[in-house]
Amino acid sequence: MSATTPGAPPIPATPPPAPRPAPALASRGSRSVRGTLVTILLLSIVNAVALFAMFILVMQESWAVFGIAAAVTIALNVIYLRRGLLPAKYLAPGVLFLVVFQIFVVGYSGYIAFTNYGDGHNSTQQDAIDAIIQTAQKRVPDSPAYRVTILEQLGGYAFLVTDPDGDVLVGDEDSPLERVGNAELDGTGKAIALDGYTALGFSDLLGAQRDIADLSVPLSDDPNDGALRTPDGTNAYLYLADVVYDEQADSFTTLDGTVYRDGGEGAYVTDAGSELAPGWKIDVGFDNFVRAFTNDDIRGPLLGVTLWTFAFAVLSVATTFALGLFLAIVFNHPTMRGKKLYRVIMVLPYAFPGFLSALVFLGLFNQEFGFFNQVLLGGAPIPWLTDPWLAKFSVLFVNLWLGFPYMFLICTGALQSIPEELSEAARVDGAHPWAVFRLIKFPLLLVSVAPLLISSFAFNFNNFTLIFLLTGGGPRDIEAGIDAGATDILITLVYKVAFGEGTGRDYGLASAFAILIFFIVATISIVSFRRTKALEELN
Amino acid sequence: MKVTRSLLLTGALATSAALILGGCSPAEEDPGQSPDSAGSLIVWGDDRVEALQEVAEQFEADRGVTVEFVQKDFGAIRDDFITQAPTGNGPDIIVGAHDWLGKLVQNGVVAPLELGTAVDAFQEVAIAAMSYEGQTYGLPYSVENVALVRNTELAPDAPATFDDLIAAGTAAGTEYPFLVGLDPAASDPYHLYPLQASFGAPVFETTADGTYDADALALGGEGGEAFATQLAAWGAAGILNTNISGDIALEEFIAGKSPFYLTGPWNIPAIAEGGISYAVDPVPTAGGQPATPFVGVQGFFVSSQSENPIAANDFLVNYIGTEEVQTALYEVGGRAPALLTAFEAAQSDVDVAAFGAVGADGVPMPNVPAMDSVWSDWGSTQVAIINGQGDPVELWRTMVANIESSIAG
Repeated sequence: MSATTPGAPPIPATPPPAPRPAPALASRGSRSVRGTLVTILLLSIVNAVALFAMFILVMQESWAVFGIAAAVTIALNVIYLRRGLLPAKYLAPGVLFLVVFQIFVVGYSGYIAFTNYGDGHNSTQQDAIDAIIQTAQKRVPDSPAYRVTILEQLGGYAFLVTDPDGDVLVGDEDSPLERVGNAELDGTGKAIALDGYTALGFSDLLGAQRDIADLSVPLSDDPNDGALRTPDGTNAYLYLADVVYDEQADSFTTLDGTVYRDGGEGAYVTDAGSELAPGWKIDVGFDNFVRAFTNDDIRGPLLGVTLWTFAFAVLSVATTFALGLFLAIVFNHPTMRGKKLYRVIMVLPYAFPGFLSALVFLGLFNQEFGFFNQVLLGGAPIPWLTDPWLAKFSVLFVNLWLGFPYMFLICTGALQSIPEELSEAARVDGAHPWAVFRLIKFPLLLVSVAPLLISSFAFNFNNFTLIFLLTGGGPRDIEAGIDAGATDILITLVYKVAFGEGTGRDYGLASAFAILIFFIVATISIVSFRRTKALEELN
Repeated sequence: MKVTRSLLLTGALATSAALILGGCSPAEEDPGQSPDSAGSLIVWGDDRVEALQEVAEQFEADRGVTVEFVQKDFGAIRDDFITQAPTGNGPDIIVGAHDWLGKLVQNGVVAPLELGTAVDAFQEVAIAAMSYEGQTYGLPYSVENVALVRNTELAPDAPATFDDLIAAGTAAGTEYPFLVGLDPAASDPYHLYPLQASFGAPVFETTADGTYDADALALGGEGGEAFATQLAAWGAAGILNTNISGDIALEEFIAGKSPFYLTGPWNIPAIAEGGISYAVDPVPTAGGQPATPFVGVQGFFVSSQSENPIAANDFLVNYIGTEEVQTALYEVGGRAPALLTAFEAAQSDVDVAAFGAVGADGVPMPNVPAMDSVWSDWGSTQVAIINGQGDPVELWRTMVANIESSIAG
């Protein structure tokens, strides 16, 4: 500020231009030709894809998805074409991906958690009935092969059968086989046409294969004699059904009188409890959640696995942060030489894909043939992955190796953003370097790094890749009822339940677990984020 | 100015959208949706389906039905198929292993396959493997089983019993008297099964018609406990080592570190390439009864949701079930064909003949859904027994109890 000479009148200065309001700035920005062209290009690609998708959806008659796709496309166009709406322009892609990949996924898992979807309950009741009827048709052991021609009349199908004796019979779904005399025969004696019907050749069959394959023509009035079915349109065999479906009573009856009724749990059961496979998917309400907590087989290991999951996540974050921070401080020294080289080497573990690293470490840790035991330890047979506690250590060690570069990078960035004046002032005041770090640098560092620590905790809480590839859940506890190991975290337990390493796939129970994990992690994250606001007071 | 610009923008957008949309012709829908689905078959398989291109063209010429092959990762086919079939957009035919059958039927996604008179043209064990609860579901095309591969330079004679094998192996002076690929966490019950069977401990009892009775677990009892005790002895003596994985075992055998290796035909090419002069023998008995291995059969299944059951049946029975195609699949996959005539023709290959002779007495792996509950407990208990982590009989009994309770659900 220049001092004015005393006594002189103040120099009238032109007032500084009023600050431009932000919306006006934004609209000025969108007037550039390049920006407009980019907007046109990107929006036209999005619109083209969306229109193509909507066309397919109309053909498939999925009206709900079509409506959603149309609404989203219109919304995107409005956001990017209208002037203003700047926050929406920034947030739209992120929110779209959040909804598709997070909110929809969580919602759908939640929906599945309330059903019994899994092995044996795969589809709808009608599909289950059709499958039971289909598999119940057993060929009568000494059934002769009847030559057959498919006949069509008024949209219904019939069989023109030449039995091995040369007799010609005709019948359809409702009328048993009866002899006819006026059928047209071909050179080999097979009946190939009949008055009043249209004979179908192989290419004519193609449009109605399902109907013809499902057609059962009774041999006689007695259903116990069986029925003729054709698997390939040219030969028919005699089949007897193991179970018969009664549509009115919605039940299946076997030949010896056992009745299977809808048991309310998504399967046909007898009074004694034996089931017909397959069943179907039904809503079971809170059953899966109740089972997660009350089934002894699951509840026993569940507590141990939960404790280990928390321990694993906390220790992973703590060790990677400690090592990353230590290295960041060491390499932050202004006069250190070769900093760039060291930084590149430090970041290499982060650059390798986690899958690759986990599998390589699996080989390195092999008790007899692994590099660590054979070369570094001179042949000591240390059971890195087969002893429960050593396996826990190995998993943490590999996670440390994989995770410290990330912490190193963010701590480097955060350290460089702390103004030097504060540390200098502290040193001038006579503070010990450790006190400088503890009282000034660390709190300021935590302000920027704390949210990343929380997200790292959430990531490691669900670090499926590492655990599954390195130990597969760890040395298995063979006393436990389910397949839970020493290094199993909640998410690998869910995977084993869902994909049936033990008892068949149970997506409903696995989704219930997944929702529970979601609540745990969400609660911890929300609480932690609230606490980090207190840190911002320091700044 | 404003009006023109936004009009310009909207106009340009509409034009370019229309142009791009026109370029993406909607006629390229995936087949399998109606109305294209009638008259075309979709087959899921792994890379071996390339051998089927010729027969697919033949089928199309004869019947007018196109066959489309979709290559997938073999391990993913079963679960993808079960998930996708109920949507109505699944394949018509899949290539699969016979032990998937129980799960596929439990989920209602496969339809019975009527083989007609062709049943007698296939190996009995192959048809038995493709059957479940008295109903045949698939057309088999390959049969495989493990056997004992012997390095004839290190061990000139085939051992009669497992003790003879250990004696011959030790006498050969190599680092390992016997090699079999195991896993440190899950062992390999499939490979060790012939030894277990020789103690009289199959997995499930077989019923009168040759299928497995899922309610009658036969792992326990005297035979199983005798096997468990012997396993612990072998583990302590170093005959069995869970740290030797499949890859390590193959490497060590090719390096000449053992005269005996228990493996299947899939490793023969590597062994031959390694310059080992080998012979394939039956697995010697360890407990007195014949050491019959598990037989694995691969074949084609038809989806229960298929819109083309007649074309699918025709394609499988009359085209895939012919000698040419079975031989073509054998040549590309290295596994013995299931069709008897093709199998006879393949006997000219000494290895196929030898593995086939061993497999002739074998039993198919159980394809019942309850089998899933067995593998995991079975494997981890074997690991514990081999590594001496407890009393073998106690561990075996706990395993049987655990398996029975998880089968009961």
